[in-house]
This record gives sequence, structure tokens and C-alpha cells, in this order.
Amino acid sequence: MLRDDVIEYSLDAHHSEEEGRKIRRNIWMVTLFLAVVTTVEVTLGAYWKEWFEPTAWNTIKWIYVVLTLVKATYIVMSFMHLGDERRNIRAIILLPYALFILYLVFIAIFESNYVHQIWVRFL
Amino acid sequence: MSGDASKALSNDVLWGGGRSPFSISYGKMMMWFFLVSDALTFSGLLVAYGFVRHSTTDAWPIGEEVFRALPGLTGSYPLIYVALMTAILIFSSVTMVLAVEAGHRMDKKGVIKWLFLTVIGGAFFVGSQAWEWSHFIHGGGGYITTNEGLKYWVHNDTHDTHDPSNAAGFHLEKAKAGHYLVAEEGAHHLDHDASLKLWNERADYVDGANMVHNEYGPPQYANFFFFITGFHGFHVFSGVVINLIVLIMVVQGVFHRRGHYEMVEKVGLYWHFVDLVWVFVFTFFYLL
Repeated sequence: MLRDDVIEYSLDAHHSEEEGRKIRRNIWMVTLFLAVVTTVEVTLGAYWKEWFEPTAWNTIKWIYVVLTLVKATYIVMSFMHLGDERRNIRAIILLPYALFILYLVFIAIFESNYVHQIWVRFL
Repeated sequence: MSGDASKALSNDVLWGGGRSPFSISYGKMMMWFFLVSDALTFSGLLVAYGFVRHSTTDAWPIGEEVFRALPGLTGSYPLIYVALMTAILIFSSVTMVLAVEAGHRMDKKGVIKWLFLTVIGGAFFVGSQAWEWSHFIHGGGGYITTNEGLKYWVHNDTHDTHDPSNAAGFHLEKAKAGHYLVAEEGAHHLDHDASLKLWNERADYVDGANMVHNEYGPPQYANFFFFITGFHGFHVFSGVVINLIVLIMVVQGVFHRRGHYEMVEKVGLYWHFVDLVWVFVFTFFYLL
């Protein structure tokens, strides 16, 4: 069944050869960035003991979390083109997710701390 | 690239009906909604892992000490194999985004080329994960526990885990207290006779990993490894199958006749999501 009232939004995404060159260069720049970040993470993970005091582990953990979020942002916004979509669809996807996850992480950290203390006390 | 989404439209036009207020097709929106729910599933798994790890009173293994083998090589290469797997997956994500870009230019040959490379990369990743599972399950020799609760690592030259005490070079090594996988510092390699005596009086012998116990750490460690990387691996596997189906359809010219390659974009979203999940698994399971 062919419907003539359906707007084909995907046709608007078409672009010329010239624009394509620009987009491809951007893709390779993002790739380079992701590769560098991953290399830094692995090098830190494998050699941090030789380079830093063991107490630096906490700092490195936070560096990992931040770098992971940076990587995720580039994948979602650039590779998945969410950065090119309208602001309303971006908000509908990201805001509920962020809300749920912040809550879940918050509750997990507090509850696991509590359970840990109980086990230390009674086991 | 952004097309209709970059057009400035007043709210009256945008929400006035007769068009999508998001300027995206139904299929793409539903793919996004599916990915959000799937992301919540993976977040639940990783948060559960964090909960168990944070609440446990037992020692927890460290990724760089568990995952440090390379196929065909002896010696220690901490996290190199996992980093290689990550690189393969990120690279196949790049070829996918290049396939989508080629689709926007109606370049059928380009789509075929990049989508084919994506399928190859995905297959490589699934194969790597199979090797990693096999290595994890077989283990590195295992340990015994004595009746006093002490732990000793089992070593022999041939990595025989079936009957280690009869293999050449059999000896035990005292494990560091409160640690898995790490031997106590100093000369604690026991000689053959002392090793054999302890072996015969052992309380338990744990070797490799299964759902009940493993040589790396608490039972939950292996269980989470199997569940999280297994669930992700299943996603990669189904992604490869879906990519392959779409590749066949591209070769047949289905999307060229349709006038656009949005299907490549939609399976691309799923494929990038698989890559995205791995970025988080890599950090929270292997690095932290």
C-alpha cells in the first residue's frame, strides 16, 4: 500500500560529493580521537603501578570514568548522528536515560556501602 | 547530513500536525527507543556488578591481572588483548558510519565496501570473545586450599590441569594473603616433595572458571563476566547477522530502488550502540 501523506525525511539527509568529503574527514578525526583515548586508558591500566604511587588509583579511576563519558559522547553525538537531530528528540532520548541512571547509580552506591558495613559487622 | 532536522521551523508548524515534530522517520525513532531500553538493561547489569563489588568483603580480582594473555604467546601482556578487541569494535563502528555516509550519496559500491568491512570486523570481535571465554574457563593452573585456609598456586611446565601433580615441573607457590592471582613476594616456590605433600593433603582444588567457583576471585566475578560479556557478545552476534542481511539487500539493490539507504542508517544505530556498550564494559569490568 503506497501512502502519499508520509513524509520521507531520510531523503533530506542526502548530500553531495563535496559535503561528503567534509563529513568523512570529520569521521576520521573522531576515530583518531577515540583511538588515542583508548590507548591512554590501556597504558594507564597496565603501567600505573610503575608510574604512580598506589594511592593514585582513586584519581585514575575517576580519569577512567570521565574518559569513558567523553568517548560515549563522541560515539552518540557523531557516529549515531544524535548531534544532528532536532533538540526535542535529543532531549527525549537522553534526559529520561540520564535521570534513571543517576538514580540507579546513587542508590547502588549507598545501598552497597550499607550492605558492606553489615557484612563487616556480622560475618 | 542533518537534512530536515536543521531547518528552522516555528513550533506551530513543527507541532501543528501532518509531520513528525522530530523530523525523523517512524523506524528510526523506534530504533532509538529500543536502544534506550536496551541501554537501561546493560546499565542494570553494570550497576549490579558495581553493587556486588562494592559490598563484598572478599578480595576482588583486578582486570590487568586476570586478562593478560595473548593467543600463541607466553608471558604477561596486561589488557593488550582486550584493547585489541576494543580497537576492532571501534574500527568496525567507523566503517559503519562510512557506509551510512556513502548511503547518503546513493553510492551503492561504497555502501557495499564499508558494510562488508563492518561485518568482517564484527565477526573478528565475536571470534576474539570466544577465545577469551575459552582462556578464562580453562584458567592458568588453578590453586589449592589447605585445611588451615591457606592458598597455593599450582604450577607445572605443561599447564596440565587434569593431573597436575604428575606433570613435569610440578610445584606450588604460596598466594599473597587477601589477593587472588598474586603470589606472595619472596622465594615461596616450594620444592617437589613439599608441594606433593601439600597437594595430597589439600582441602580443595579450584582450576579455571565455572558458575560455581573460579580461580580468579569470588564466584560472582566469573558469573558477572559470563553474563555481561555473554549478553554483549550475543548483541554483537545478532548485529553481525543483521548487518549481513542488510548487506545482501544492498547488493540486490533493494535500497537503491527505494531511493534511500535509511535501513543502513538504522542498523548502523544498533551497531554503534553495541560499540558504545563495549566502551562501558571495557571501563567498568576490565579497567576499574
